[in-house]
Amino acid sequence: MSGFVTFEGIELRYGAHTALAGLDLSISQGEIFVLLGTSGSGKTTLLKIAGGFLTPSAGRIVLDNTDITALPSWQRPVNTMFQNYALFPHMRVAENIGFGLRRQGMRGRELASRVEELLALIRLEGHGARRISELSGGQQQRVALARSLARRPKLLLLDEPLSALDRSLREETRADLLALLKFLGTTSIIVTHDQDEALAIADRIGVLREGRLEQVGRPSDLYERPATRAIAAFLGAANLIPVRLAESTADTLSLALPGGATAIMPVRPIAPAGLLHLALRPESLTLTIGTGPNTLAATVEGATYRGATRDLRLRLPDGTPLRANLSPDAPIPPEGSALRLTWNPSRAILLDR
Amino acid sequence: MTRSPFLTCWLIAGLTVLYLPIALLIGTSFNASRLTTQWSGFSLRWYVAMFHDTALMDAAFLSIRIALVSATIATLLGGIAGFALARLRRFHGRTLFAGLLAAPLVLPDLLIGLALLLLFVAAERLTGFPQNRGALTVVLAHATMCIAYVALVVESRLASTGTTLEQVAMDLGAPPFTAFLRITLPLMAPALLAGWLLAFTLSLDDVVIASFTSGPGATTLPMLVFSTLRLGATPILNALASLVLALAAGALFAAWRLGRARKY
Amino acid sequence: MRTLFLAPLWAWLTLFVAAPALLIAVIALAIPADTVPPFRLALAPDALIQALTDSFYWHGFLGSLRIAAISTLACLAIGYPMALAIARTSARWRGLLLAIVILPFWSGFLLRITAWIGILRDEGYLNAILSAVGIAKIQLMNTDAAMFIGIIYCYLPFLILPLESRLSSADRSLEQAAADLGATPVRVFVHVTLPHSLPGMFAGLALVFIPVTGEYVIPELLGGPSSITIGRVIADEFFNNNDWPQASALALILLAALVLPATIARRAPRGGRI
Repeated sequence: MSGFVTFEGIELRYGAHTALAGLDLSISQGEIFVLLGTSGSGKTTLLKIAGGFLTPSAGRIVLDNTDITALPSWQRPVNTMFQNYALFPHMRVAENIGFGLRRQGMRGRELASRVEELLALIRLEGHGARRISELSGGQQQRVALARSLARRPKLLLLDEPLSALDRSLREETRADLLALLKFLGTTSIIVTHDQDEALAIADRIGVLREGRLEQVGRPSDLYERPATRAIAAFLGAANLIPVRLAESTADTLSLALPGGATAIMPVRPIAPAGLLHLALRPESLTLTIGTGPNTLAATVEGATYRGATRDLRLRLPDGTPLRANLSPDAPIPPEGSALRLTWNPSRAILLDR
Repeated sequence: MTRSPFLTCWLIAGLTVLYLPIALLIGTSFNASRLTTQWSGFSLRWYVAMFHDTALMDAAFLSIRIALVSATIATLLGGIAGFALARLRRFHGRTLFAGLLAAPLVLPDLLIGLALLLLFVAAERLTGFPQNRGALTVVLAHATMCIAYVALVVESRLASTGTTLEQVAMDLGAPPFTAFLRITLPLMAPALLAGWLLAFTLSLDDVVIASFTSGPGATTLPMLVFSTLRLGATPILNALASLVLALAAGALFAAWRLGRARKY
Repeated sequence: MRTLFLAPLWAWLTLFVAAPALLIAVIALAIPADTVPPFRLALAPDALIQALTDSFYWHGFLGSLRIAAISTLACLAIGYPMALAIARTSARWRGLLLAIVILPFWSGFLLRITAWIGILRDEGYLNAILSAVGIAKIQLMNTDAAMFIGIIYCYLPFLILPLESRLSSADRSLEQAAADLGATPVRVFVHVTLPHSLPGMFAGLALVFIPVTGEYVIPELLGGPSSITIGRVIADEFFNNNDWPQASALALILLAALVLPATIARRAPRGGRI
């Protein structure tokens, strides 16, 4: 592997429990890499290993051609922005930001001007003398970011950087964070459990599940070509419909859906023994009156008006639940009524895992 | 659920009973008469007499010196103990350590005093030190008694802050010892101060342990008050009690103002 | 590194806690003698046997138990409603009220006894009031009643503080939910408030019970000749009879009686913590 940061065969076991099972990952310089996973997936563990707070049972980490596996956290050119910020309560804003610089021996005017520079970067000029308790949540988030950027780390780790913020503040802060990281060109690993956040900020996403990287790729790759049912369901909440391969020709696959419907889609390699599922995004389903291939019949169980869409809860004849996000202009189908839906075959995803 | 009038009345009555004796005592201390209940005019004569009572003044200064030294020793050792219990999750003999530390906290003063006296007597027989008992042995005894209190205060403070801040410091390039100096110690500081004050007060207030571990020529203030009280209360003691109460209230008020001034 | 760091503490605790505890056991087995110090080392169980069999000492132990039990329950009866009342005030009042409860506590406990002597003595305030309304003087000083007043007065804050801290940590919405579901105030208290407060209550009870068992000063100053506690007996054997082995034997038994239940309680699984 030849990335700027490489994790090679990282393993972490506590007794019989395996937190990380032989993880390989390569990240290029200036990339924003998002580790996405539910709690217990091992994402925070990997971040702690990168930061030097946990020693892996096996494997090594190479950063900029240097093996840093054995370096303690205070000697690594890696800094972390901690979840909930962990700002030092007994220090002022400027002291917090300057803490890492002082450890490098920076003092006096040089220190003051570098701290002022960082304050300007996070648009908190003149706030250096404030107490931490006097700052708003958004301001604290920015101070924590500035503190972790102060030493110009080769690798920046961000643990759920936006999760402590109010929803209203999150989107704006997310854009600021992304712009700042891109402006500085800092190689970053961001840990999150929020798929929207991952899709919005990542250059690439790695989905962690049970200590393994299940898929790594650009946000659009993951969304359009998820490798597994779990990822399809997690990213974008796709409908998963069990299907059977009915016929395959040189360039198309014909699939049998529950209730006698069929789907026809471009050919692609599939595992012979795999249980097949068709993944259909709720937003790619539309109402139809047709009865040909790529349509299906469903019963309405309920509807929720969401402004931009009207979300239907449906059920297929075999009992498989289905969601469809239709245009709000569509007529409101009464509960219990039957309707037909169709989709663009190029948006359908066939999964064999 | 609204506050019940019964609870409010009970609280007011309880606090009244708590303060009534003190109020009477303060009033009595300004009574010119030697007789408690016969008011014969406002006077500071008992305060003047108190400051002229050399035995009492000597005992007071001895008590303050003993309290200063033993509180300082207890804060140093108790600070280390509290840090160890909160931050070194596993170390050799932790259970024994915690047990020995907590023993003086849970045992009656009488047992502590008796046990330490036996120790000092045995040590003198075996090594010639400490030669006779006096201020030094009381200091050692009081420090032993107070370590656990300081440790308790420090441990709960550190446990409530968690280790994340130290991790942040190390992440930002501070080796463990620097992280301790810059982060842990400042976090511990309020607890150390509170622990020191508690130890100081406990030492000043102790009569039983001091009675066992002190020797001739080293009479602490509580020992003197105790032996005086056995013969009956004197007006001078009323004056002393009022003065101590005023000092305590002043200290508590100052601590409160200080706490309000720097809130984080 | 860790060893070095903790070495001074280990040394201190070994010397000043472990060694003295052992010495009590050693001297409990010694024989009294007319020497300085007044004992000869031996392996004689006489003092221990005496301590366990002599009815005089039994009176001491049982007397302590009785006084500790009565005082603890009285503190609970008086202190529980006070703690509950403080816990239910707003945050601002709470701090002030706690300070008010703690303040007398900082004035020195002998001096608080002094205040009570001023009230209870024959020429004190209480008798002055009684004679003013035409009732004959009563002797209060050096009676059980005076001793109980003194003990309860001095130890009440020890019960209130842990209990209040636990009570104020309770989620008020639980009580409100119970009341909303139709529980009467008494039922809400019995089924919601009281069970939640138990850990704080037990901590407070222990903080009163244990020191009162060994209490020496208050019975000595306010109590009468019949207010016998084991603390008084031990001090008496030690200071007046100069019988160090007997005092040590009694201390050893008291130590065992206090430490063993605590150790067992610590081993047992615990439901809640304060």
